[in-house]
Amino acid sequence: MNILRRAHLLIAPLTLALVLSGCATKPPEQRGSNEIFDPYENVNRGVHGFNRGVDRVFFRPASKGYVAVVPAPMVTSFNNFAENLSNPSMMVDYLLQGKPREAGIALGRFLLNSTFGVAGLFDPATEMNIPQIDTDFGETLHVWGFGEGPYVELPLYGPSTRRDAVGVVVNLFTSPLTFSPTRAVDNAGVWAEVVRRMGNRGRYSDTIDSILYESADSYAQSRLIYMQSRRFELASDDEAAYLDLYSDPYADTGTPVDPATAADPYADPYSDPYEDPYAQ
Amino acid sequence: MPSNPFSRRLFLTSSLAGAGLAAMPLPALALTEAGARQLVDSVVAEINRVIASGQSEAAMLRDFERLFVRYADVPIMARYALGVDARSASRSQLNAFTEAFQGYIARKYGRRFREFIGGQVTVTSTRPIRAGYEVRSTVKLRGEAPFEVTFLVSDKSGRDKFFNMFIEGVNLLLTERTEIGAMLDRRGGNLDQLTRDLAGAG
Repeated sequence: MNILRRAHLLIAPLTLALVLSGCATKPPEQRGSNEIFDPYENVNRGVHGFNRGVDRVFFRPASKGYVAVVPAPMVTSFNNFAENLSNPSMMVDYLLQGKPREAGIALGRFLLNSTFGVAGLFDPATEMNIPQIDTDFGETLHVWGFGEGPYVELPLYGPSTRRDAVGVVVNLFTSPLTFSPTRAVDNAGVWAEVVRRMGNRGRYSDTIDSILYESADSYAQSRLIYMQSRRFELASDDEAAYLDLYSDPYADTGTPVDPATAADPYADPYSDPYEDPYAQ
Repeated sequence: MPSNPFSRRLFLTSSLAGAGLAAMPLPALALTEAGARQLVDSVVAEINRVIASGQSEAAMLRDFERLFVRYADVPIMARYALGVDARSASRSQLNAFTEAFQGYIARKYGRRFREFIGGQVTVTSTRPIRAGYEVRSTVKLRGEAPFEVTFLVSDKSGRDKFFNMFIEGVNLLLTERTEIGAMLDRRGGNLDQLTRDLAGAG
């Protein structure tokens, strides 16, 4: 372990506190409402253009080449490897969320797959019907009560929110095996994650292409799909919050429908998912 | 590093949508879980029949469009996707748009039929909602972890028809409304132009 990395460990919580003090104020985004708070849309669209360029020139061809050349079972194995490496930090996140059972599952999966699964290349834990788990520090912050904050598109990473972006950075540092800012060869976890993402980009290439390159507004499509799936993912553990996803934002807040914005379909394209089209 | 739900779920969004669009209601009301389960099973079987027919892709897409029209409330879906512009459109404009929309949806999602081969849909619960019924299901596709798909059914068209679906929380109709809205923006709000272009899109 080097000095720089230790310094990062100290700086990270400070930065976290600073950034999140913004989140805690709860912007117009409310739980249960399907609206998206995107005050940085111009910047985000710039980043989106950049990400799309990187995808078109580098990531897409590299990923398609990767899944074309490397046999599917090996792609799956590399994905398993990356996912196994994320188990220790998931265990920490589950502990922080007060979920010891899931933390135990993360630990168990890690031990099993690292040994019987040949360093995580195989996934005997799933074959033994040990439940699959998935969490991150963004979810921990959600559990702690932080609002998602504004939508942001991160360079190279893609759609996120301020809260989840903090989570991404924190998870880099909480993962003991995976990140060393100064020695690229030590970044086993980061490289494994890049390879995993290439596998997914290649495998689901038609779907991702249709959103990035065939949509009339790929930014709006990515944003909408990300926000909906992320909210669904965070709510699915919690039946009440899950049902809340379907509530009527106008009924919730008592805000009257402003005819001026109601006349613009783009002003509120994220209204109640159970909005009744027959009512129109 | 956290795994990003984005790339994983993007795939799910479109992979099943085509099937799902065609996949909902039969004339029998989905009042009960047993009824709903049977409804889903028979439509899944119908889609698999088309896939297994060995026809050309173009012929399959025509079949998917027919299934879509039969099982889904296309006029209300098209109207919702068009948003407020539907109010200022004339009857004939709306009809033309609806027809273009149904072809666009059938092509856009029907083309992904390979991802649905061997797909299994298990209804887990049903409950009444404002416009009709919500049917939740678990879907298993080849080589994928099971995921949740919710169908919304209504009889407000006079028959029980599907009018929306959610794949892992992603609202299909809202996604299309955003897309159609962006297309309309690009054409300066010209609905006739959009309708013409939609006939070749998807």
